[in-house]
Order: sequence, then C-alpha cells, then structure tokens
Amino acid sequence: MRALISAVYLFLYAPIALVVLFSFNAGRNASEFTAFSTVWYAKALGNTFLTTALANSLIVAFSSATLAAIFGTMAALGMQRLGGRMRTALDGLMAAAIVVPGVVIGIATLVALVEVFAFVNPVIAGIWPGDKPPQLGLGYGSIIAAHGLFSMALVAMIVKARIAGLGRDIVEASADLYATPWTTFHQIVLPQILPSVLAGFLLAFTFSFDDFIVAFFVAGSNTTLPIYVFASIRRGVTPEINAIATMVLVASLILILIARFLMREKKQKSPAVE
Amino acid sequence: MPLTMTAKRNLVTTSLLAPAVLWLFIFLVLPFIAMLVFSFGERAPAGGYQPALTLAQYANLPARAAAFWNTLLLAPAGALLCLLVAYPAAYYLAVKANPRYRLLLVSLIVVPFWTSLLVRTYAWMYILGSRGLPHLLDLIGISDVRLLNTPGAVLLGIVYGYLPLMIMPIYVSLEKLDRRLLEASADLGAKPVSTFLGVTLPLSLPGVMTGVALVTILLLGEYLIPQLLGGGKVFFIGNALVDLFLQSRNWPFGSAIAVTLVVIVVIVLTIAMRIAWKVSGSRQVDLV
Repeated sequence: MRALISAVYLFLYAPIALVVLFSFNAGRNASEFTAFSTVWYAKALGNTFLTTALANSLIVAFSSATLAAIFGTMAALGMQRLGGRMRTALDGLMAAAIVVPGVVIGIATLVALVEVFAFVNPVIAGIWPGDKPPQLGLGYGSIIAAHGLFSMALVAMIVKARIAGLGRDIVEASADLYATPWTTFHQIVLPQILPSVLAGFLLAFTFSFDDFIVAFFVAGSNTTLPIYVFASIRRGVTPEINAIATMVLVASLILILIARFLMREKKQKSPAVE
Repeated sequence: MPLTMTAKRNLVTTSLLAPAVLWLFIFLVLPFIAMLVFSFGERAPAGGYQPALTLAQYANLPARAAAFWNTLLLAPAGALLCLLVAYPAAYYLAVKANPRYRLLLVSLIVVPFWTSLLVRTYAWMYILGSRGLPHLLDLIGISDVRLLNTPGAVLLGIVYGYLPLMIMPIYVSLEKLDRRLLEASADLGAKPVSTFLGVTLPLSLPGVMTGVALVTILLLGEYLIPQLLGGGKVFFIGNALVDLFLQSRNWPFGSAIAVTLVVIVVIVLTIAMRIAWKVSGSRQVDLV
C-alpha cells in the first residue's frame, strides 16, 4: 500500500521534476545533464516574443479574474435572494459555463464575435468622421470575455457555498441591532466572504493564465503565453521551453498555494464564529 | 415617492444579478445560438460561413468518424484506467494514511492538477520522445521502441493529467465513511476482503461516479493531450474542431461537430447524474 502511494507521487512529480532539472542544464541534449546553468532562463527572458506573450497573459488573467471576482460575487449575493425557476435557470446557465468544453466556448465566441464585427464595423465606418475608422476585432476583449465567463461561474459557485455556510443568525442579529443592510453587508457579510472571493480571484487568474484552447480561438493577434509555448513545442523541444515551463509552473504553484491558504482559513474560522 | 421595501429589495437583487446575466447571455447563450445557426449553413467559397438551411453538415458527420470513435473509446477508457490507479491511492489517503500528514498528502495530490496541463503534458513528450525513454532503452539493448504518438501515450497522458481529479471525489466519499461500520463488520466476523467489498466499496460509489463523470466529460473536449502525445494520429473531436475552424475554415461543418459534442456531453452528464442520484444523494466535491 505504501509502495503504491509512493509510486503515485513519483508518477505525478517525476515528469515535472525532470523538466525543472533540465531547464538548468547547460547543454542542449535532453537525455544527459552536463552542467548547471541558468543560460536558458536568460535566453527566455531576453526573447521579446516571449515577454510580450507573458505581458498579454498577465493583462488578460488580471482583467478577467477581476471582472469575474466582482460580477461573480455580486451574482452569488443576488442568487441568495432568488427563488424558484429563476434560480434554477441561473444555476443551470452557470453550470453550463463550467461544463461546456473550452473548445466549444472558444468556437462559439469566435463565431458570434465575427458575425458581430461583420455587422458593426461597416456601421462604424459609415458614421466615422475621420479617414481611419476603428475596426473591432479579436484580441484582449474577446479573450477576457471568454475567460471571464467560466471564471465568473466558478467564483459565484465558491462564494455561494461560503454564503450558505455563513449562518443566518448573525445576519439577523445585526439587523436586530438596527444596522442598515449596507452596514450588515459591510461589517458582517463581506469580511466573511472575502477569503473565498480572493480564492476565486486566484483560481480565475490561474485558469486564465494556463488556458490554451479558448485563447487559441479568440486571441486574434494577441498571443498569450500558453499559445506561445504551444507553438514553440511544435517547433521542437528546446531547453528554453524547459525554462519557460518551469517559470509557468512556479507562477501557478504560488497562486494555487495562496488560494488554498485562503480557502483553508475559512474552514478553520467558521466554528469559532458560532 | 419613496420606494417600498419590496421594490427596493427587488432593485438590489436585479442590479446584483444584471452583469452576470448579461455576460452569460452575450457570451454563452447568443454564441451558442449563432453556432447552431451556422451548423445549418454552408461553407463560403473562401472559407467561413454563408447562410443556408441544410442538414448537409450533420449528414457529413461520418467524415470525421475517426475523431468521434477515438474520443468515445479513449475518453471512457482513460477515465477507467485513471480510476484503477486512483482508487487505491484515495483509499490509502482516506483510511491508511497517518492523520497528522493526511492534509499535506492530499494537497500534494491536488497541486499538480492546478498547474498547467500544457506543461505537464509537454513533460511526457520529453520523456517519451526519442531522446528520452527510448534512448535509455536503447542503451540497455532494447532498440527501436516507439512510445510517442501512439494511443498508449495518449492514455498515459490522460491518466497523468486527470489522476488528481479522479482521486479527490473518491477520497472525499471514503473519508466521510463511518469507521464504526468497518469495526461492526469485523466484529461480525467478516474478513477484510468481504468488509471492503460489502461495506467500503458500495459506500464509496458516489465518489467513484463523480470522478468517472468529471474526467470523462472533461476528456470529451480534450485537445492538448491527443495533439501533443498522439501526434496527429490519435485525433479527438477537439482536434477535429481546431482543424476545421483554424485550418480548413469550414465553419458550418465545425459548428455541426461542436453542437454534436455538446449533445454528447449533455447525454453523458444526464446519465451520470441519474446514476449518481440512484447511488446516493448529491455530494459536494471539494476540488480546491
């Protein structure tokens, strides 16, 4: 039994460890480690295509996660006040945003946006006073919207679970003590749901930062880091990709550890409140 | 005129929900309707879409039968293989592991799931590629082994990529299991094997169902693993979609395949939920 579980951990971590190890390899060869070196990191960070893709990824991840955290939390709070069919319908739509494969979300967004652009761009061109009318197209906006859709549903789910575990008595006590609804929200509800909102934000950020398939369809010319990595892999495995991969792993690891810490705190705190 | 309490409350609820509802409509419902419309259209001569009302795209689905077969065979096969590895691991974590380290051990299982699937799959390209394992095998005299770009590599990638997602729900249902039931079974003279088969296994079925359903549904839309480890030989529906939309620009046919994929996902989901309800009540799975 012990041997088996050790084998599982080895299976899970050995490939990752190998990539990390060889990212520090001085040589090009993937099957022998010659000497320790950070030369591939320097190469990777000096590559402007890569740094542009990284910047794009950070912009997209930050924007979509922020929007998702705000609107997802609002939706979770609003859904608490809903009942009956409206709530079932909204629950279903949120679940659909999570369950529908990313590849379909990407395609559907692409198909719909291209139609919208084909309709709107001539209209803008018609009423635009200057020579060069702005052209709507795929890019940051479309990736942020598509990533935010899934993330918002995720945040709403996490925050909803937290609100459900909150206990109505403390909210009612606050109202009995003549606090306005806003004061109750600000002083009672918000501090308690904040860790789960932050955790949702970080998960959304991680998802967006790691997503390849949705962005692949709707990115237009705004290449994100996973798209860049994917393209590089297809050109051939190089130690530079190992260095990039290691940096991506470390970044998502840090984010996920913070998110877990925030979620953990909620579990330990809740009994103390009662 | 001051608003009544109810009106005020409704106004607050509406404004809380408005952005989310708008977002869902503009970027989920409308795009899906657009795709449905596209799937009844025709490919424009230069690629893309031109309006029509035809079922030709759906009639043409058998042209991509290989992608459908690969997906419908390898996704459940991968999920079951995943289950075979995941169950003992979940059992160890929930029943045998030292409680002091349990949380840490469980965390170590989940962490890889939240790191980039692209990078983790790429790691296997590295290992299975000609300069990796086959090279080592060559050194000990076993030559010309081909590992990458085979169905086996895709299955391995699936098990590797989705193992954490399979372990977690099973772990959750095993962890909730009442230890006194196991003791009672032993007291009544049952051997460990019969206790496992008669008590533990049936009570963990909800977790097993959740795991298999989650992994299968995610695999139905998989793109990266078949692309990187199957090398264009083991195509999934996701790969066919990328090909049709981004390479051959046959949007109506692609839309028909995408609609079919969603229908398959819905069918699988419905079956899974039916079984899950039969097996037990609903269970929450904590993936984070």
